[in-house]
Amino acid sequence: MAERTQKQRPAPQRSEESVAEAPARSETGEKLKAELDDLLDEIDEVLETNAEDFVKSYIQKGGQ
Amino acid sequence: MALRKILGMETEFGILHRRAGESNPIAASSVLINSYINSLDRAGTASPLPRVGWDFVDETPANDARGMNLLAAMAPEVETHLVNAVLTNGARYYVDHAHPELSTPECADPLSVVLYDRAAELILIESMRQANRNLPHGEEIVIYKNNSDRKGNSYGTHENYLMDRTTPFARVVAGVMPHFISRQIYTGAGKVGSEALGLSSQDVPFQLTQRADFFEEEVGLETTLKRPIINTRDEPHADAKKYRRLHVIVGDANLSQVSTFLKVGTTAIVLCMIEDDYLTRIFRLAHPVQSIRQVSYDLSLRRPMELDDGSTITALEMQWEYFDRARKYADDRGLEAVDQTVGEQVLARWEHVLNCLETDPMQLSDQLDWVAKYRVLNGYRERHDLGWNDARLAAMDLQYHDLRPTKSLFSRLGVETLVSDEDAAVAVSEPPKDTRAYFRGKCLQKWADDIVAANWDSMVFDIGDDPLRRVPMMEPTRGTAAHVGNLLEECATSAELLRRLGS
Repeated sequence: MAERTQKQRPAPQRSEESVAEAPARSETGEKLKAELDDLLDEIDEVLETNAEDFVKSYIQKGGQ
Repeated sequence: MALRKILGMETEFGILHRRAGESNPIAASSVLINSYINSLDRAGTASPLPRVGWDFVDETPANDARGMNLLAAMAPEVETHLVNAVLTNGARYYVDHAHPELSTPECADPLSVVLYDRAAELILIESMRQANRNLPHGEEIVIYKNNSDRKGNSYGTHENYLMDRTTPFARVVAGVMPHFISRQIYTGAGKVGSEALGLSSQDVPFQLTQRADFFEEEVGLETTLKRPIINTRDEPHADAKKYRRLHVIVGDANLSQVSTFLKVGTTAIVLCMIEDDYLTRIFRLAHPVQSIRQVSYDLSLRRPMELDDGSTITALEMQWEYFDRARKYADDRGLEAVDQTVGEQVLARWEHVLNCLETDPMQLSDQLDWVAKYRVLNGYRERHDLGWNDARLAAMDLQYHDLRPTKSLFSRLGVETLVSDEDAAVAVSEPPKDTRAYFRGKCLQKWADDIVAANWDSMVFDIGDDPLRRVPMMEPTRGTAAHVGNLLEECATSAELLRRLGS
């Protein structure tokens, strides 16, 4: 089995302060968007009703 | 020759006791575990599960792989007085540092770990169900399989790998440290924001992992503060002249079975290569602690990390090199040490995932936790035009890990599974057939009443007038169905078993 050819690519120019980039966008075809919309509709029904209170109340003791 | 990678995971779960007024996580964790154990007693099965406690003799968490024994105040403690049960599948289920914790039984290959990790989730889900039946109306215990409370507290998901004692520990450190840092690109469970001091939501809107923020040292014995990327705990729970157990604390809790499979599968193969001195290139990162966070914060996967010779490499490039070398290793030496078939599955998945990460990570939203989480959170964020620091996104981040089937966001995302829930349901009570967990689990099924205590490397029987009998189990690869299956079936009593074992 042939080894995968090492890709040569120049190191990207980045400053220390650069903000992390979001992943490359996948094809925003109608179908993908529709699937995501359906999913968001579905989960809307089960989301915590008071997000702020929930996030505030979620405290754990440090573990290992 | 690389040793068979016997492996396992232990997970500390987040716990909330909701609408309870004063909430004490130690008490809640005890209620949770006791409710589960009691429900097994009540099930009235042919082999009711007793309360067999954990035996702490021989536990030496203060032993350090670098050759000392630190009995200083900072060394980890062994809590001996809290709920602590051994299950018939060979797992250990207990309260540790105010969390319910479950250690899988010893497994002989990475896919078996995925199965027993899913079984652990089913046990926690059933535990919630049982505990909540007994709570006052409106109160509820809820379990989260994650590692961060977004307030600076973290709890772990640890991996354990059996290794050859003769492999110099320094070689292990040098070979696996870069893998721990770069594997985050597929093992991360994702997290909104950062808990590192001085970083705002704008600096780090979303990162790949839950745990990177909490690592402050390269190598060390600590597990609860100043956490090291490589943990030096030296407690093999096996013949210490032959074996080392590498105790890995740096990973995230994963719900995606593909993420779990890759996490333990790639690491097991890398450790085999280290044992066989097969790595030709050892990456020496200039700043490992900085790099582990940089990799986590960088969703492009392309931010270069500095090596100590002045050159740079990205996390993705580093993983490609590990993969290429693993592919060659598999062709040269075979993958028996991780099971040949499962090992080839790991390589195939590893290559596929790296290809997708390189072209478009979002293709992996049905395979990797961080991508699945990012897709749904970012979709919600865009739909409602929110900033990343909106509480609703933080809440979704937590709810992704909620183990309640009706509330878990993860369970609604159509992420690929590698094991069926039917098989996992069996693994809830049946041990693996191919490690010493088989002996432990089967003895507990048959003779729980005669077993006083158990731990990883021994079991203690009480067969009446005689003094207690300790059966050593110092070989993780022995005590399998092949070795002792017939014997266990033939013996009617534990006394007979002990006689035939010559104990």
